[in-house]
Amino acid sequence: MKSSTKLLLDAASVALLALFLWWAQGHLDGYKVQVLNLVAVNAILAISLNLIYGFTGMFSLAHAGFMAIGAYVTAILILPAAQKEMMYILEPMLWPFSVMHAPFFVAVVAGGLAAAFVGLLMALPCLRLGGDYLGIATLGFGEIIRVVFTNMTPVTNGALGLKGIPAYANLGWNYFWCVLTIYVIAKLLSSNFGNTLRAVRDDEVAAKAMGINTFRAKTISFVVGAFFAGVGGSLMGSLITTIDPKMFNFQLTFNILMFVVVGGLGSITGSLVGTLVITVLLEWLRFVEDTIKIGSWEIAGMPGMRMLIFSLLLLFIILYRREGIIGGYEFSWESAARFAKRITRKGARANG
Amino acid sequence: MTFDMIVQHFFNALMLGSLYGLIAIGYTMVYGILRLINFAHGDIFMISTYFVFIAIAGMRLPWIPAVALSIAATALFGVMVDRIAYQPLRNAPRISALISAIGVSFFIENLCLVIFTGVPKPMPRFEPLVRVMSLGGARILPLAVFVPAISFILVGALLWMLYRTKPGLAMRAISRDIETTRLMGVKVDRIIALTFAIGSALAAAAGIMWALRYPQIHPFMGVFPGLKAFIAAVLGGIGSVQGAMIGGLLLGFMEIMLVALFPSLSGYRDAFAFILLILILFYRPTGLMGEKLEDKI
Repeated sequence: MKSSTKLLLDAASVALLALFLWWAQGHLDGYKVQVLNLVAVNAILAISLNLIYGFTGMFSLAHAGFMAIGAYVTAILILPAAQKEMMYILEPMLWPFSVMHAPFFVAVVAGGLAAAFVGLLMALPCLRLGGDYLGIATLGFGEIIRVVFTNMTPVTNGALGLKGIPAYANLGWNYFWCVLTIYVIAKLLSSNFGNTLRAVRDDEVAAKAMGINTFRAKTISFVVGAFFAGVGGSLMGSLITTIDPKMFNFQLTFNILMFVVVGGLGSITGSLVGTLVITVLLEWLRFVEDTIKIGSWEIAGMPGMRMLIFSLLLLFIILYRREGIIGGYEFSWESAARFAKRITRKGARANG
Repeated sequence: MTFDMIVQHFFNALMLGSLYGLIAIGYTMVYGILRLINFAHGDIFMISTYFVFIAIAGMRLPWIPAVALSIAATALFGVMVDRIAYQPLRNAPRISALISAIGVSFFIENLCLVIFTGVPKPMPRFEPLVRVMSLGGARILPLAVFVPAISFILVGALLWMLYRTKPGLAMRAISRDIETTRLMGVKVDRIIALTFAIGSALAAAAGIMWALRYPQIHPFMGVFPGLKAFIAAVLGGIGSVQGAMIGGLLLGFMEIMLVALFPSLSGYRDAFAFILLILILFYRPTGLMGEKLEDKI
């Protein structure tokens, strides 16, 4: 397929997405719009984790920590000064933070950069560790970030968290960042550097023997992943308008890990599908915790039922489709064209 | 700090540390054999307290049979978790088993939430162990002596089993090389089931003693002790039973002493275990008693 055709198709699908979002904003109810927003933000998080784990093979569990950094930096930058003064009741806010202000886009970039910087600091000591030990160390760093945020009251307002964060993160912004994330990471992976990352994942010792600077490759991948995790956290904070340190515990990291593994490790398409399926499932299952009426019967909603059913579905998926829903498959226009051709040929045969 | 205070903190630390150690053994044995971080282990620890609660409050059993019943039921429960959620994934990528473990963890927590609601239940009191004793000026629960004693007996029995019996030998062989052991005619699945049974039984013992110390049981009570115990297992060098106990004690002492000596740092209590872990991992990447890792070329 010619690259100009592909570019045209890319542009057309982005335009189609924009059209759909414009329609959704006007015609869907607030709840459905919120689910669409969550899908975009979760997709950013899943793809960034997939870069670190699925493509580079680094078992990292620090995502919640990166998200916390992004969310707090952005929130502090977009909250109006007067509101900050009112909210910090335990201890007044420290000076430079109390007057800082930035437009939303700048604030999100700043959140991403802050997370990337912490990622860089973590990479230097952590990436020496391999396998599960890396996972445990990064899990530890994530928790340390959370506890530090709980205790840094003059900056973060401690356990009370931040409320009334301006809700700038609408469908437009979230999908803009989502598409940007997919574009940047797909470009990175299709370049030669992507091959370097896969080489590190498949056999680090061999990669090193081939003259690849594995530490540099791992660090770059880790920092880029941390950047987009920070961006995801930033958007999440502005989307739900309330953040507190408890939100960013290790369960959040596991959720993102679930998106990635259920969709299919090492596939951007897989991360998107996994995110879509799990996010929608988690929201849709809320009905089981409401009171259900069947005829004259009434089944009282039971708290915990939603996650109970969800965990069973998760077990079912992982036991019967262990490579994830998509597996290692990656969407491309070529494969789509081939698929379309096969369908039409079959159709023609059926008709003729 | 007075001498009495030191004695009191010492016993508290010893109790907390040996509880961490008992839970950590479950992680270390399963990881040593299957290379699987059994994230559901903290919830197995939690469910043992509900078994005691049911046996005493529901079935009106006296304490000793209730405890025995709970330990047996928890061991069986651990084996069932392995059968249903981990055994089908033995040859799958390790991450699948990890996600399965996370799924099981969610399942157990929310099952208890649905059945028992989120309201904490009071753990029945066992008077002989929780009546405060005065030792000089220190006020100590008999539990603080009982818990370490039982823990050391259990660990001693486990070590005897591992190094002096046939199943113990099989367990150690499996942790070296599962396929070769299978070829030698060992019924590997049975030994793995035994491992889960022992690990879960020890977690149950720890859970019951934990609930005597902090007498409120709720569906998420296993999360943090589970995580801390896992850290203890890694600290001590995962795969090593002695290491798990040493890691647990180290963590218990550090945690209690941090809060006792520097009360202003108590907000950092939950991060402290991780800081200790990261420091030790950098210094000894496989933990204190861990095996040497070699690059496989």
